[in-house]
Amino acid sequence: MPEVKILEEVCKGCGLCCDNVCPEKILILIPDRINSNGYHPAMVTDMKKCTGCGYCFKVCPEPAIEIYK
Amino acid sequence: MAEKKLMYGNHAMVEGVIAAGCRFFAGYPITPQNEIPELMSIRMNEIGGVFVQTESEISAINMLFGAAAAGKRAMTSSSSPGISLMQEGISYIAGADIPVLVVNIVRGGPGLGNIAPAQSDYYQATRGGGHGDYFTITLAPNSAQDLYEFPKLAFELAEKYRNPALILADGLLGQMMEPVEFSSKPIDPKSLSEKEWALCGCKGRERRVVRSYDLKAGMLEVLNLRRAEKYAKIRSNEQRFKTEYCDDADLVIVAYGTCSRVSDAAVKMARDKGFKVGLLRPITLWPFPMDVLGDMAKKVDNFLVVEMSCGQMIDDVKLATECRSRIYFHGRPGGGVPTPPEIYKRIEEVLGGAR
Amino acid sequence: MKMIFGRPAGLTETLQRYCPGCGHGIVHRIIGELLVKLDIRERTIGIAPVGCSVFADEYFNCDMIQPPHGRGPAIATGLKRTRPECIVFSYQGDGDLAAMGTAEIIHAAARSENITVIFINNAIFGMTGGQMAPTTLPGMKSTTSVKGRDIAKQGYPIKVCEMLASLDGPYYLERCAVDTPRNVIRTEKAVKTAFANQISNKGFSMVEILSMCPTGWGQTPVQAKKWLGEVMAEYYPLGVFRDLSKEGK
Repeated sequence: MPEVKILEEVCKGCGLCCDNVCPEKILILIPDRINSNGYHPAMVTDMKKCTGCGYCFKVCPEPAIEIYK
Repeated sequence: MAEKKLMYGNHAMVEGVIAAGCRFFAGYPITPQNEIPELMSIRMNEIGGVFVQTESEISAINMLFGAAAAGKRAMTSSSSPGISLMQEGISYIAGADIPVLVVNIVRGGPGLGNIAPAQSDYYQATRGGGHGDYFTITLAPNSAQDLYEFPKLAFELAEKYRNPALILADGLLGQMMEPVEFSSKPIDPKSLSEKEWALCGCKGRERRVVRSYDLKAGMLEVLNLRRAEKYAKIRSNEQRFKTEYCDDADLVIVAYGTCSRVSDAAVKMARDKGFKVGLLRPITLWPFPMDVLGDMAKKVDNFLVVEMSCGQMIDDVKLATECRSRIYFHGRPGGGVPTPPEIYKRIEEVLGGAR
Repeated sequence: MKMIFGRPAGLTETLQRYCPGCGHGIVHRIIGELLVKLDIRERTIGIAPVGCSVFADEYFNCDMIQPPHGRGPAIATGLKRTRPECIVFSYQGDGDLAAMGTAEIIHAAARSENITVIFINNAIFGMTGGQMAPTTLPGMKSTTSVKGRDIAKQGYPIKVCEMLASLDGPYYLERCAVDTPRNVIRTEKAVKTAFANQISNKGFSMVEILSMCPTGWGQTPVQAKKWLGEVMAEYYPLGVFRDLSKEGK
């Protein structure tokens, strides 16, 4: 089962990965947590649904995402 | 006996650049130096070098930046308006501490001016020329032989100090024909050492970055002060000049390039008439021969600065002598070239009466 | 478990200072991956522009040079012709390539210099605070066109791929975008082609990449990506404008 790791301190909370990118729709920006730069980092809501397609990684500008399989 | 050929100054320059191991030329046509790119286009192809006729002088200086950042000897030539276009590039190259050779065959200015010889780019050459605190090591040839020999010295100094070097000639020197002796052994570019700062791919080492900016607080000041130390070293070690008949002189002419040749004849005319006149010919315009002039000012009462301009080097003569002596000026701007009799006339006026 | 997607070795560890949602980061990642995939990192020299990506000299893990605004293609010519064994790429924004460096890009393309140019088109000047670019759309607001670009006074935008396609020199020209995963994948393919062409000594290759500038456009990253897809890509159509490999060259 693939695993997505969001690098929370690298993430700038741009939200690109959360908007119509993940086929399983399991990415959101954490509403009640900010990182030390003041951004809401992204998180995976249900890792079991992840297929490891990499689309979130592909649109991430930092990249703040690592995917393991 | 070394081979001797009658050749244009501009052509001697080309052969000198090649003999110095340079295999990259990029430039744009402009009178009075078109013979340089024209001969370069033939010679570089013959020897497997690179010749690019560029779309502008801006492109040329930046191609030089690339080639030199790759660790290769690279040069361009142009004339006054084209050199103005290159100032941005030269500033960046100086700010990145990269050696290049730029040749200015000076013509009348400002603006489009004319295509006759001039020395009105002295300020541009010796005060950096572009923006920021930097200098270009500036050499002043006065013969076709010099045009052949100076590129080797220019590259050596440029590489020793990691700084752009400029050869400041003029349209007369470029266009005249004189015998040139191919005196020194040509340098094989393969024999030149690899530069430890050159961009060539980071295999087996840390990556290298060539840049002229630093936005971290206080860092650019540090870099500038470091460069200023470099310039202080150049000033101490690299002043070059020639003197004639100065030991007992009542008047010393200070002139470079074409004016030094004309003044040389005037000095001989004056000596024939009993005037004690000497000649100081700066060979490095930057660093200017401050030390020798400073010493001379203690003994010599009069200096006559002769330039093909409205007076630019005269500022450095005043600085060097601290105006201890009387400083006179004879200038021919806008493409005018002085003659020995007119310089002799000024000598007569200064030293008082015909003998 | 091994890492199948992550920061490529072709990028340094330095975190990029671009705005949230900026397209530069996506293209940097693509190039960083290619430097490793094509095994060229150790013989690549990259050229950073003047603009937001002036800092690219800190981000790409290869030899880098940072020249004056717009002059990248001339620098590339000097580098490539003296070190033809090196892979040389010039990374430029729209101020760098389509304003200050218009002469340099046209002539490098006309000479078919064997280089790779990556042109980031975000229709605005980012670094200097959002002024109008040669690629700013008609009616588009910027700090020097506060009421929207007025064609009568400020002229028309420049379509760089179309312009360069009028020259015989270029080998490969394609316009892509980085707004959606599908377009990012297409961009990855195009940038790979542009580098592979240089490795095979084919001549001049350029990929123009429509890219988000949320800060310059006054939008959120998600709004910016939508505007890019719906408006910008209408004006600057995606596609291949030249590919001489199709003619067997």
